[in-house]
Amino acid sequence: MAEGLDPGDVVVLLGTPTEDASRLYAMTVTSGDPSWAGALAGVALDLPVYHVTETAVKADIAPEDYDEHLALMAMAMDVDAIGEAVRSVRESVSPSGH
Amino acid sequence: MLKGKKVIALGERDGIQGGAIAACARAAGAEVILEKTYCFV
Repeated sequence: MAEGLDPGDVVVLLGTPTEDASRLYAMTVTSGDPSWAGALAGVALDLPVYHVTETAVKADIAPEDYDEHLALMAMAMDVDAIGEAVRSVRESVSPSGH
Repeated sequence: MLKGKKVIALGERDGIQGGAIAACARAAGAEVILEKTYCFV
């Protein structure tokens, strides 16, 4: 499905709970599945990927929506480390970070 | 960043679920084209 999309029109948003899981998901939708276990092994989709708690995403979500749907779980996560992990993968694929 | 974009929402049961991500993305003006919540238990 993703191969038929223009990466400029698409954003992948992650809700992963840990830094390692976030990095794995981010790599899977950019450079391909690093574990070589799934259908996206060796498939570089180059999709722009963000964790939903990252500042750039959070800025687009109304505070009441963030509080209702995301805030509680975000409090239980290391959002800074997760954001850094996803950002590093995103920027390793596209220096502009899309 | 989200307005007018097609969003793929990949949630996880132990983190933030896909439905929650999708709800926020729609409210921000995005079109959600895929919404999943994975569980590895």
